[in-house]
Amino acid sequence: MDGLINALYSIPVAGVLFQLAGYLVNVVPDISPLILQAATPIALAALCGVMCERAGVVNIGIEGIMITAAFVGWYSGVLLVPVLGTTAIGPFGMSLALVVALGVALASGVVISALHAWLSISVRADQIISGTIINIAAFGLTGYLNNLIAKTSPNGAGAFTQFRPPREVTDIPVIGWILNMFLNQGPIAMSVIVLVVIFQILLFRSRWGLRSRAVGEHPRAAETVGIDVIRVRYRNVLIGGVFAALGGAYLSMEATNSFQQGMTTGRGFIGLAAMIVGRWSPVGAFGAALLFSSSTALGNSIKFSPPSGDLGTILTSLPDQVYDALPYLVTIVILAGVVGRSIPPAADGQAYEREAAT
Amino acid sequence: MTAPSSSGSPGRATPLLAQIWAVIALPLISILLALLVGAFVILASQLVLPGGNLDLLLPLTAYAALFQGAFGNFDALVDTLISTTPLVLGGLSVGLAFKAGLFNIGAQGQFLLGALGAVAAGVALAGAPPLVAITVALAAGILAGAFWGFIPGLLKAVSGAHEVVVTIMLNYIAIAVIAAVVGGPLRQQGRPEAITPDVGNAALPVIIGNDGHAGIALAIVAVAVVAFLLFRTTLGFEIRIVGANPDAARYAGMRPRALTILTMSIAGALAGLAGAVVVLGVTHLMTPSFGTTVGFDSIAVALLGRTNPVGIVAAAFLFGALRAGASLMQIKAGIPVELIDVLQATILLFLVANPVLRRAFRLRGVKAGLETTETITKTYAGEVAPR
Repeated sequence: MDGLINALYSIPVAGVLFQLAGYLVNVVPDISPLILQAATPIALAALCGVMCERAGVVNIGIEGIMITAAFVGWYSGVLLVPVLGTTAIGPFGMSLALVVALGVALASGVVISALHAWLSISVRADQIISGTIINIAAFGLTGYLNNLIAKTSPNGAGAFTQFRPPREVTDIPVIGWILNMFLNQGPIAMSVIVLVVIFQILLFRSRWGLRSRAVGEHPRAAETVGIDVIRVRYRNVLIGGVFAALGGAYLSMEATNSFQQGMTTGRGFIGLAAMIVGRWSPVGAFGAALLFSSSTALGNSIKFSPPSGDLGTILTSLPDQVYDALPYLVTIVILAGVVGRSIPPAADGQAYEREAAT
Repeated sequence: MTAPSSSGSPGRATPLLAQIWAVIALPLISILLALLVGAFVILASQLVLPGGNLDLLLPLTAYAALFQGAFGNFDALVDTLISTTPLVLGGLSVGLAFKAGLFNIGAQGQFLLGALGAVAAGVALAGAPPLVAITVALAAGILAGAFWGFIPGLLKAVSGAHEVVVTIMLNYIAIAVIAAVVGGPLRQQGRPEAITPDVGNAALPVIIGNDGHAGIALAIVAVAVVAFLLFRTTLGFEIRIVGANPDAARYAGMRPRALTILTMSIAGALAGLAGAVVVLGVTHLMTPSFGTTVGFDSIAVALLGRTNPVGIVAAAFLFGALRAGASLMQIKAGIPVELIDVLQATILLFLVANPVLRRAFRLRGVKAGLETTETITKTYAGEVAPR
């Protein structure tokens, strides 16, 4: 077996491909939890996108909602720790301050979403402009406050900790690493898969899901059969805000324990690409998010423990910035490859105006 | 506010005044309301932060410093013009794309690539005669920016990938490209930190005050060129028709796909020129962390300026003044420069929510000027541009 592998590796040119495959087989089980961690904010952003766009509202303000929630969650923790203390009250290193701060972060996401909902549903402004305004405002406001706060460099409420699955589980052959991927996680990353499954079932099997999709495909027909288009759209955009806020809070309350200016680094937009690649379905969007995040995790893995042989020589000769840019490159390439065959909801992005009562 | 007397139809007693009012009423009200919101943010942030005591006059102190920093003396005014220059070019870039129904959020990345192209050519020609060095460096910046705009244009035309997502990704890739090139091939030898050599003779000459560079004149030329292109050429006509009604354009025999690619390339060239003007006129060299707020300011400039070349100059001057005055505001009143972003977003918010403003202020006959943005969302997410 080893002889065969070495023979394959030493083929000129094509050997490098075999080496890459070998490296992937070796490294993916080890970095599988990192893949899900990198996918978590992207997947939650994509779920927000699916929630809004299935009802016909384009939301490119997801990035802004995320950065707001990241800031609000962290800073609420700073304010709450002196009052509520940091004693653990449950698993995942939960303290009362941390849980309340998460709640406040989610609420902030709903508030920002309400602004987008009002602008795009009631005012009937261009939805992409509205989302852009939310992004500029969110980055400006969080940067402004962070600059004022950074002078005192306060301590937050810490972060949610990861669950450590027992060795017996992760050592199961073949599926052990998959279990490790989903279990070796904090509460937010672990909840993503649950949210995806529930959302998928509700969207395609429940009355709410049917109504949401009807409003996104043909609002006039939906109104004719008695569905309140405006109300459904508001509700979906607000719920979407919870998803995006959870993705933002993940960054400052689980992946790290502090806030950095601009820490979302385009994840909201990568989430939108994941939604498109996943054809506006929760499961598809989650799969696309995993695909995108694999490139991030793999890039980091190559940076810190490059493969040996010719492949390693090639990969380490590239500047580090290639790996920084990798997730964005992968997003563009996959988006350009898939998008023509991925069809958005028919009324996506179009404001709905009720017909006059008389 | 003299609104009620002059807000009638333009055909009444003071047609000219009424027409001017119709154009500037909404932007003006939006700016004033945004300043009020900004004052509220300054006051509220004192309450949220620990150990802050409420200084009711802080907003006034801040705005006074902002004004002084932007217009306080001749040098401040020149600084304002220098900050205005890239915003004019960036605003033209975003505004031109809006005219064709495209949303160029990528002005940021195109600016960065343009700056990189200009600095690379400038460093190579640092010893050449100034006229040659400057011309080639500017051209390199324009080409680099145009290439960065061409990519999303091509992808949109060929595969239907929406330019909003693609250009945002390209903005992040541009940051990585600059870090790699400035830290690698362009790095100045014998310096501990990664930094490029000076552009030498490729630096733009100073024409006003101590450091008012020739880019200011260049921006004015660009305004005239874009205005001519949009309103006096066939290409400009086709761009405007495609933006207003893609179906009509197709039936009239125009080619929306080709126009999409061309418009994004021209938009990229303008943003790239903005980047070139900043490195050749202001910084003269580049660090790996070379960053800017021009890209996102340009969106605000284009929207506030109603995507019209003359309006864009006025809007760019406003945001240029805010950017130029912001540092003095930070020094004198301790207000972070990010307040400018908040003001910007608030101005746009009121502008977009214009139906509400019109009702609140009983404005009739005034225009919001946002009509050109209406087709942007329609092409969202995967609709392949028709042949």
